[in-house]
Amino acid sequence: MENNKKKAYLILEDGTVFSGYHIGAEKQVVSEIVFNTSMTGYVEVLTDPSYAGQAVAMTYPLIGNYGVNYSDMESDKAWPDAFIVREIADVPSNFRCETDLNSFLTEQGIPGVSGIDVRALTLILREKGTMNGMITTDENVSVIDGVDSHIKGTGNDYVINKLLPKIKDYKVQGVVKRVSSKEIKDYTPGDIGSKKCEVKRKIALIDVGTKKNIIRSLLSRGNNVRVYPATFDAKEVIEYAPDGIMISNGPGDPSECVDIINEIKVLKDAHIPIFAICLGHQLMALSHDAKTYKMKYGHRGANHPVKDMITGKVYISTQNHGYVVDEKSFEEGIVKPWFINVNDKTLEGLIYEGKNIKTVQFHPEACAGPLDTGFLFEEFEKMMER
Amino acid sequence: MPKLEGIKKVLVIGSGPIVIGQAAEFDYAGTQACRSLKEEGMEVVLINSNPATIMTDREIADKVYIEPLTIQVVKEIIKKEKPDSILPNMGGQAGLNLGMELSESGFLDSVGVKLLGTSAETIRNAEGREEFKDLMERIGEPVADSLLVEDVDTGAQFASSIGYPVVLRPAYTLGGSGGGIAHDEEELRTILSNGLRLSRVGQVLVERCIAGWKEIEYEVMRDSLGNCITICNMENLDPVGVHTGDSIVVAPSQTLTDKEYQMLRTSALKIIDELGVIGGCNVQFALNPNSFEYIVIEVNPRVSRSSALASKATGYPIAKVSAKIALGYHLDEIPNAVTGKTYASFEPSLDYCVVKIPRLPFDKFIHAKRTLTTQMKATGEVMSICTNFEGGLMKALRSLEQHVDSLDTKEFSSHTDNEVRDELHKVNDRRIFAIAEALRRDISMNEIHDITSIDIWFISKIKNIISIEKSLKEAGEKLDADLLREAKRIEFPDTYISKLTGLSEESIKNLRYEHNITAAFKMVDTCAAEFASETPYYYSCFDGLNEAKGESEKKKILVLGSGPIRIGQGIEFDYCSVHSVWAFKNKGYETIIINNNPETVSTDFDIADKLYFEPLTPEDVENIVRLEKPVGAVVQFGGQTAIKLTESLMKMGVKILGTRAEDVDAAEDRELFDKILEECSIPRPKGHTVYTTDEALKTANMLGYPVLIRPSYVLGGQGMQIAISDDDIREFMGVINRYHQDHPILIDKYLMGKEVEVDAVCDGKDILIPGIMEHVERAGIHSGDSISVYPAMSISEDIQKVIVDYTARLARALHVVGLINIQFIVFENEVYVIEVNPRSSRTVPYISKVTGLPIVDLATYAILGESIRDMGYEPGLYKKSDYIAIKKPVFSFEKLRGAEISLGPEMKSTGECLGISKSFNEALYKAFEGAGIDIPKYKKMIISVKDADKLEAVGIAKRFKKLGFDIFATKNTARVLNEHGVLAIPINRINEEAPTLMDLLLEHKIDLVIDTPTHGDKLKDGFLIRRTAIETGVTCLTSLDTADALLTSLENEDDSIMSIVNLGDI
Repeated sequence: MENNKKKAYLILEDGTVFSGYHIGAEKQVVSEIVFNTSMTGYVEVLTDPSYAGQAVAMTYPLIGNYGVNYSDMESDKAWPDAFIVREIADVPSNFRCETDLNSFLTEQGIPGVSGIDVRALTLILREKGTMNGMITTDENVSVIDGVDSHIKGTGNDYVINKLLPKIKDYKVQGVVKRVSSKEIKDYTPGDIGSKKCEVKRKIALIDVGTKKNIIRSLLSRGNNVRVYPATFDAKEVIEYAPDGIMISNGPGDPSECVDIINEIKVLKDAHIPIFAICLGHQLMALSHDAKTYKMKYGHRGANHPVKDMITGKVYISTQNHGYVVDEKSFEEGIVKPWFINVNDKTLEGLIYEGKNIKTVQFHPEACAGPLDTGFLFEEFEKMMER
Repeated sequence: MPKLEGIKKVLVIGSGPIVIGQAAEFDYAGTQACRSLKEEGMEVVLINSNPATIMTDREIADKVYIEPLTIQVVKEIIKKEKPDSILPNMGGQAGLNLGMELSESGFLDSVGVKLLGTSAETIRNAEGREEFKDLMERIGEPVADSLLVEDVDTGAQFASSIGYPVVLRPAYTLGGSGGGIAHDEEELRTILSNGLRLSRVGQVLVERCIAGWKEIEYEVMRDSLGNCITICNMENLDPVGVHTGDSIVVAPSQTLTDKEYQMLRTSALKIIDELGVIGGCNVQFALNPNSFEYIVIEVNPRVSRSSALASKATGYPIAKVSAKIALGYHLDEIPNAVTGKTYASFEPSLDYCVVKIPRLPFDKFIHAKRTLTTQMKATGEVMSICTNFEGGLMKALRSLEQHVDSLDTKEFSSHTDNEVRDELHKVNDRRIFAIAEALRRDISMNEIHDITSIDIWFISKIKNIISIEKSLKEAGEKLDADLLREAKRIEFPDTYISKLTGLSEESIKNLRYEHNITAAFKMVDTCAAEFASETPYYYSCFDGLNEAKGESEKKKILVLGSGPIRIGQGIEFDYCSVHSVWAFKNKGYETIIINNNPETVSTDFDIADKLYFEPLTPEDVENIVRLEKPVGAVVQFGGQTAIKLTESLMKMGVKILGTRAEDVDAAEDRELFDKILEECSIPRPKGHTVYTTDEALKTANMLGYPVLIRPSYVLGGQGMQIAISDDDIREFMGVINRYHQDHPILIDKYLMGKEVEVDAVCDGKDILIPGIMEHVERAGIHSGDSISVYPAMSISEDIQKVIVDYTARLARALHVVGLINIQFIVFENEVYVIEVNPRSSRTVPYISKVTGLPIVDLATYAILGESIRDMGYEPGLYKKSDYIAIKKPVFSFEKLRGAEISLGPEMKSTGECLGISKSFNEALYKAFEGAGIDIPKYKKMIISVKDADKLEAVGIAKRFKKLGFDIFATKNTARVLNEHGVLAIPINRINEEAPTLMDLLLEHKIDLVIDTPTHGDKLKDGFLIRRTAIETGVTCLTSLDTADALLTSLENEDDSIMSIVNLGDI
């Protein structure tokens, strides 16, 4: 029962305080608060490196129902600074369940708060945009005013004077280097749960925060994969003579990754087919001197429709991004739009004219989310066959 | 891509009378589809035989045909109306089958009519057992191994090849009779041989048994370009083995990991893409709880009960979007009406938990088998929305209106632990309560799971409810705010907290208000708050902030819905609620509707200005009233559900609009009502109110048998019986008193006369009667189960005048403002009043449609103070129509094993259809045709009547003989018939030597059984004969009046083309 648990608070930089109960590891964190609308796949979300530097709130209220199965992890650890839910399951149930979510969070060193009206939180983020917040069990915090002070209110003087300055100060920084692998790693079909099959090609994967299922999706289609850390040297990659280069997803503000962008400038002219996902898509655009900007509250969920501008077909995609490429910032003749978001018409994919480069903002590797755009890995194969 | 060229006029096929398995959801879907088509500028022609629907309103379609849903009739309509296309996938299986037949016979091609939406080939691939299996095999989607066999040995061979247990399903037996699960060869041989005998075609399907697997459904949508999306997935709490319509269902799925969720989602989309479905589709899966293995159970390429549920659960209007897709639009071109900003090509994300519980009819059929199987038995359902599962379950339970506000029904409280364990093994509607009781006894979750196969997650949630129950009991009067807050978070109603703690409801409420433990309302917006939405569709919770705004420029009116569809309270009341909402809106009011039935039009998000999807209990309603502060509430349109809330609403300070509560009471309160009748000098059958069995016996003997016995304040004649002896009185009093009665029980002298019914609008002074309806069956059979004829044919002008006069007197005496329904008996040329209901009735939609008088609208305007004369009508009896409209009840007995089918004062029908014509005989013929009573095939019938009916049966038998029927009869009946010169072949009783009546039925060569029951013959021959007839698909009539009407219809059957009547021409 929730009322036997320790009180915990989520304090937003605008002074709003949500009252809930402590879950996971016992520590205080400041982070950027984002919401995710996926109804399943909290393990995949927690282990997606793109969430480094952020605290994730799940809009679906019942989280932890099927516990945690370690093989569902999308990287070796959980990345968000904190996890925010309405209700966490005490009794998980699934035939593959290895532990419950609360134990997993604790073991991963991730604090969290449950009993939060995540919908009310989401409404604030939607209206005011993504903002920073703190998750704490500090007993000096209290909620003043508001008839529903057990749910939400304004912070007391302690919050305003002591905590808010710290919260406002926070900025997501240096996250790509944190999540990227530290050294080159080689994988072959059959590894990390992929399908064993004949090796047809070799691919260089630039890991700026890759999810395992990108690697797995490449392996299962008969590719050896060499994973390069974010500190890669473009010449070294070209010397490896891969059949294709994949640039992965990842966290943070893409414009911050100046070194990586410079290396990609070299890769893009190497006449090697390149496919890029999410952060990779943004970095490729930046390496063509285009611009990215921060969206009000981003796209995070498993229900985003994207339209293929060539075929007119619409697919449901998994998304996790706070920044987006500004299509208008390209010089004429460099790109043509491949996908756009049906809801807000933002750019979701690019075809680089005269080059064998294609990039998408969403996640064809899914996990969590629909498998509709998995065919893009075959598209990449076709690019390599040309 | 824009819409298809050349579509201007569309014929929409409805689903016909409400039966178990095909209910109000198709009125909802059809109405939405018609409105969606009209939005696109289409001319809409509609056919549906069901007059109680909103879709058959003149406002919904341009041309409305309330005609039997047969090939012949649809062809006639097509020839007359010349539509360019036809939309068959909104009318359930009935509509789809018709569309298929028209297409496959080449008729549609020959007249150049396009089949919109999913193609005939696709439908065949999805619905044909073999075609479906082949297709699934081709695309690598697994189906359960099965084989159709015609002999026992083949079945046994196949069973051993796929392994036991196996499921046996006899083909063409209704209600799944003769089927079952065989665990070994011996069992198989027994069940299979019996099943082969019961099957009309001598075939039984032997199928791999996957009972105990998780049952998961996906509602999916595909457009003509091949864009596929999932609207919603749902998980059944009850594992495979219970029809999804009878299961407790949650949305979205709760126990699936993303891997499982996406695996099944991908499969569902692959299937509809491969099939080429255009529009909405339902795919059902069984998922092995211990592996990733799954099986595709079924695909329904049309809107369905599940799609209605999914629409209400997510806010995504499936039928509306399906209709647009049928016109050629793509998903990304159709705006999402909920957000107004996004498009139909996205997948809804829920930020709440939805729970659906079926409404089962075992309170009406106390002898029917409660076991839940793959044959659906529920007549309706309730849905609830909450931020947690426990709360959703608690809300849904109290929405059922089955005298339950919690998981504690006390029915198992005196059981031993082992008896409780035994109850867990029974797969029925009580199981959820048995699980709760088991947890109360500390029987482990694992043991409960092992017995029931219900996922531990659900059991653990029920356990949370039980632990709060315990904490509340322990706290007693020392209840504190924290515990109270937790109890409210999971939606314990104050009534139940009061029972557990011993505190009064009032003091619990005070404690709540003191600590701000109040309901907050959250929006259902399809997108988990990601986008701003405009839809005013709300649910309540106790652990969140309120989003619903109470302020408004306009005056607000609260309209109370009628809850789940049940026998006695069907969609007619939804029709009335929706019409009154529209009428209030017309007059500039803001309308608020509260209802909990996901199948209805009233819970569509664009009917009222605001929709609260909530239980209809005083506490739940009060939460809304506190926020919205309506200027008044109308209760007279929402059936008994709404009427029951009158007193509570008044206590909350809400003005009851229309007829005052005291006057409603006066109609129900025996003594007050007798006084009024006396003042008006209106006679009624003698009778008294009683409380105890002794009083009942005394009264009955004083009046003289037969007497009518019933509880007051009920609808649909619930608990009403005709007693002919002291033993009957004792039995019926026992049945009535199973539930605590707040009101006295009524005992009346039973008069076997002609029953007549009127609905009237009263403005407080004048009355307007749209028409007088006469029942074919004599008094004693519930009005809802009688064939009803408008205008009354055998009632003299003088008697009609008396009826109009009595109606006016009563309406005035009861100060009726709005609607009143009165039932009369005409007995020996004398008019008696038997029942007065100062509210809307079951016949309101029927009489509105056949007279063209919008009586709900008129009643609403009367409630707002307009007079009948102001509205442009002359008070009194409205002019008689040139058309005769005959309403025929439709039953679902074949779905309810063990249910007594003989008709009596307690209502048993689930729906109705209408026959309209200028001639009485044709109207009657249409009514029987619409009810699906298709008689002469073998021209053989069985007659078995009680002694009192034997002489009357002679005339009936003579006429059947004349039509060429061979008559078999039980010995005594045969003797009487033969004595009177009607040749009848006597046949042995069931326990005598073969061939018996039963053998005759099982030869499958009988068309019709007429069996008027001897009182209390359950377990005797009559009951068995009636059941066997029903279960083998033979029409069985239990009243000679009905038989007489059927004869009239058969005698006048004419193969020449029937007339078809557009409602607008009446």
